[in-house]
Amino acid sequence: MSVKLTTRQVGDVTVIDVAGRITLGEGSSTLRDALRDLVSKGQKKILLNLGEVSYIDSSGIGELVSGFTTVTNSGGALKLLNLNKRVKDLLQITKLYTVFDVHEDEAGAIRSFA
Amino acid sequence: MPENASHIPETVERFLDSTLESVDSAEELAVGMAQRAGMHEDDLMKIGMAIRESVVNAVVHGNRYNAHKKVRFAVASDGQRFIVRIGDEGEGFDFNSIPDPLAPENLLRTSGRGIFLIRSFMDDFQMRRLESGGTEVTLVKNLVSK
Repeated sequence: MSVKLTTRQVGDVTVIDVAGRITLGEGSSTLRDALRDLVSKGQKKILLNLGEVSYIDSSGIGELVSGFTTVTNSGGALKLLNLNKRVKDLLQITKLYTVFDVHEDEAGAIRSFA
Repeated sequence: MPENASHIPETVERFLDSTLESVDSAEELAVGMAQRAGMHEDDLMKIGMAIRESVVNAVVHGNRYNAHKKVRFAVASDGQRFIVRIGDEGEGFDFNSIPDPLAPENLLRTSGRGIFLIRSFMDDFQMRRLESGGTEVTLVKNLVSK
């Protein structure tokens, strides 16, 4: 299974539920396209729910960084929600865990955008 | 090591197409061998990811998806160590030119973490220039604690 994205709106925050694999190829390009599309439409508050991500490689990590930069440069904020142990470990060893604003609770994450 | 672990030496060699599909098949093949050799779940994940990153490098950066070039993929398990060799037919690169992905100025780069992750996940990692001009990497994971 490659990656599947489901987008929903909670107030003025766009939540993207990500499921599957974010790896080089279709997985990472799907995420990249979705984030760029949201930014082009003026969406500035984006929460990536990674709870159902089964696998992420260095290309996927690169896409998270790229998305973070794209959204931040547009004056918005991209935050992460529900990291599983594998994703959390990867972000920690790459020293990116402290770069991202990471949340474990969706309601709290939504409030943090205010 | 689990009681059902196999101590029978196993060796596999494949010549893979320079495609992303080869990345999946290489990972699947090696993780299956590592499982039979008795690797634990956490190490299976690390081996799988290290192999994925290495074969991606060979396919994308080494052979540049060239349909006429192959990736040599060899895995050996001898009960003590799990050894993977991945060779491409590319033009090679300067091993000293790889930027440190943990340096503050590189943290927000969108690429350049693959070799760092391989080194992090394996017990030993070596790169060498092949006489033919390509690059070969050797990944080692110890099956028993030293």
